[in-house]
Amino acid sequence: MMSDPSQTELIGRASLPRRNWPVVILMGGFLVGGGIWPFIGKEYHVYLTLSFFAYSVALLGLNLLFNYTGLLSFGHALFLGIGGYTAAFLTYKYSIMSMELILAVTLALSGVVALAIGFICVRYIKIYFAMLTLAFGMLLHSFLMKTYDLTGGDEGMHVFQPKLLGFEFATMDKMAFFCGPYYYYSLTVFLIALVLMWRIVHSHFGICLQAIRDNPDKAEYLGISIRSYRLRAFVISGCFAGVGGALMAPPTGHVDPAFVFWTHSGDMVFMVLLGGFSNFFGPMMGSLVFIFLRDIVASATEYWRFIFGAILAVIVIMAPEGLMGMVVNGWHRLRSLLMRGGSP
Amino acid sequence: MTATVFNILSSGIFHASILFLVAAGLQLVFGVQKIFNLACGSFYALGAYLGITMVDIFLAQGGSPLLSFFPLLIAGLILGVLGPLVERGFLRFVYQRDESFQLLLTFALVLMFEDVIRFFWGTYPRSPKGVYLAFGTIHIGGAAIPVYNLLVIGASLAVASLMGYMLRRTRFGRIIRATASNPEMVQALGVRSSTVFVKVFTLGTVLGTVGGALVVPTTAAVSEMAVHLIVLAFAVVVIGGLGSMKGAFVGALLVGLLKSLSMAIYPELEMMLIYLIVIGVLVFRPQGLVGGQS
Repeated sequence: MMSDPSQTELIGRASLPRRNWPVVILMGGFLVGGGIWPFIGKEYHVYLTLSFFAYSVALLGLNLLFNYTGLLSFGHALFLGIGGYTAAFLTYKYSIMSMELILAVTLALSGVVALAIGFICVRYIKIYFAMLTLAFGMLLHSFLMKTYDLTGGDEGMHVFQPKLLGFEFATMDKMAFFCGPYYYYSLTVFLIALVLMWRIVHSHFGICLQAIRDNPDKAEYLGISIRSYRLRAFVISGCFAGVGGALMAPPTGHVDPAFVFWTHSGDMVFMVLLGGFSNFFGPMMGSLVFIFLRDIVASATEYWRFIFGAILAVIVIMAPEGLMGMVVNGWHRLRSLLMRGGSP
Repeated sequence: MTATVFNILSSGIFHASILFLVAAGLQLVFGVQKIFNLACGSFYALGAYLGITMVDIFLAQGGSPLLSFFPLLIAGLILGVLGPLVERGFLRFVYQRDESFQLLLTFALVLMFEDVIRFFWGTYPRSPKGVYLAFGTIHIGGAAIPVYNLLVIGASLAVASLMGYMLRRTRFGRIIRATASNPEMVQALGVRSSTVFVKVFTLGTVLGTVGGALVVPTTAAVSEMAVHLIVLAFAVVVIGGLGSMKGAFVGALLVGLLKSLSMAIYPELEMMLIYLIVIGVLVFRPQGLVGGQS
C-alpha cells in the first residue's frame, strides 16, 4: 500500500499540468477542424485523413509504452495486424459487417494477445524488450505467410465495406462512403481514444508508470509493482494499436502480411519520433506529417524512402524531441517574449 | 536417404556460412559500440548488387567464370568505404544516447540504403549469369553438392578462424575486446576510441558486404533482401548470444540447418520455428546459448 507522502511526492515528480489552454485548443481544434475538413478538403485528402485517424489511435497506444513507460516496442504492427485481420475475417469470411462488432472483437483479441505476450515481454527492458516484441511480431508475420488456406498467405485477404451502427450505406459510392460516414466514424473513435488516453496518462496509474520509467528502484520501494504496471500498460497499448489496425483495414479494402512486417512497426516508431514522443500530441503530429508528407514526396520522386530515412536520421541526431518539441520550445520562447517584453 | 541428409546438411551449412559473416559483423559492432545495427542487412544487399555488377564487368572483359570469386570479394571490400562514412557521418553522434534512438538511427539507414539500391540497380531481381553452374557439382553419398557452396563454406570458415586469431592473438584484437568490456579504461590507457570505433565498424560492414557478394551467384538479388536478412541475422545473434563471436557461429549454424531442414521436411514451419526458438532463448536464456563472453 502507498502512504500519502510518497504519493504526493510521486505526483510532484511526474505530473503534468492538467488544464492548460493550448491543450484545450488542440482538442477543440481536432473536433472542429476534423468536423469541417470533409467540406473544405479535397476528397483524396479526406481519404488520406482516415489513415491519420487510424495511425493516431495506434500511436497513442505505442507512445503509452515508449514515452510514459520507457519501453520501445519494435513489434506493434502485430496489433495492427490483429485489428486488420479481424476486420478481414469477419467481413470477408463470416459476412459479419458490423463495425462495432469488429472493434469489440479486436479489443478482446488484442487484449488477450497483449496479456499473453506482455506477460513474457515486460520482464525485460531496453533492447531485450524491443527484440522480444520484434520476434513476436515476426512470428505472427510468418504464421500469416504460411497459413495460405486460412489467411490467404502472402496475398492476404479482402476487407469488405462494414456497416456503421447498423447502417449499410449500400447506395453510396465507395469513396463517398469513406469520405462521409466512415470519416466521421473514424473521427469519433479517434476523439474517444484521445480523451481516454489523456485521462490514462494523467491518472494515478499513468503517473506511476512515469515514476517507474524515471526510477524503477524508487518506485518499487514505494510499493508500486513494476511488472504488473508495465503489463497493464502493455495491454492498454495493444488494445489501442488493435483498434487502429481495425480502422485502417476497411478503407484499404485489403490486408496482407506486410501489414505486420517489422518495417511497419519501424514506421510506427518513426511517426512517434517525428512528431515528438515526449509530448502527448507528438505522435499525432507525427502521423499527420508522415502521411501527408509521404504523399507529397512520393508523388514528386520514387525515392521517398531515402528522404524519409534522412529526415529520421536528422531527427534522431539533432532534434530528439521531434516537431512537437520544436513547436513547444517556440511557443515558450514566444510567450516569454510577449510577457516580459524582453529576450527569452 | 543419405542423399537427402547430405543435401540438407550442405545447403544448411551454406546458409550458415553466409549468415555467420553478416552476424559476425553485427556482433562485432554490438560488442564494441553497443549498437544493434539494423543496417547490416543493407550492407549485405549492397554487397550482393555490387557483386553482380563487378562479375558482369569481369565476365564482359573475358574473365573466366571460375575466377568470379575475386570480383565478388573485391565488391565486398570496396564497399568497406561505407564503414567510415556511416560511422563518422551518423553513428558517432548517438553513442551517448538511449538504445532506442540508436536502433532508430540504423533503421533510418535501412530506409536510405533501400533507395540507394533502387536508384542504382532498379527494382527488378538480378543475378549474375552462369557463374553458379560454371563451378559444377561433386557427388557425395549420392547427393549432388554444388562446388560453389563448398567454396563459400571454406571462405566463411577461413574468415571465422582469422577473426578468432585476430581477436585472441593480435594487439588490435586485444584492444577490441578491452573496448568491449571497458571503453573508459581503454581510453585512459591512451587508445583513441574513435579510431577503434571506425575500424570496428568498417570491419563489421565488410563482413556484411562480403556475405552479400558471396551469396549472390546462388540466388537473385531483390530489393527486399535487406529487410528479410536483418530478421534472420537478428535470430542468429539472439540465439547465439548478443555480442559473442562464438554465438554468431553457433547461432548461424543452428539457424542455417533448421532452415534447410524445415524446408525439406515441413516448409510451413520454416520461419515460425526460428522465431519460436528466438523467443524461447530470450525468455529462458537471454544471454544466448553460448553467450556470456565476447
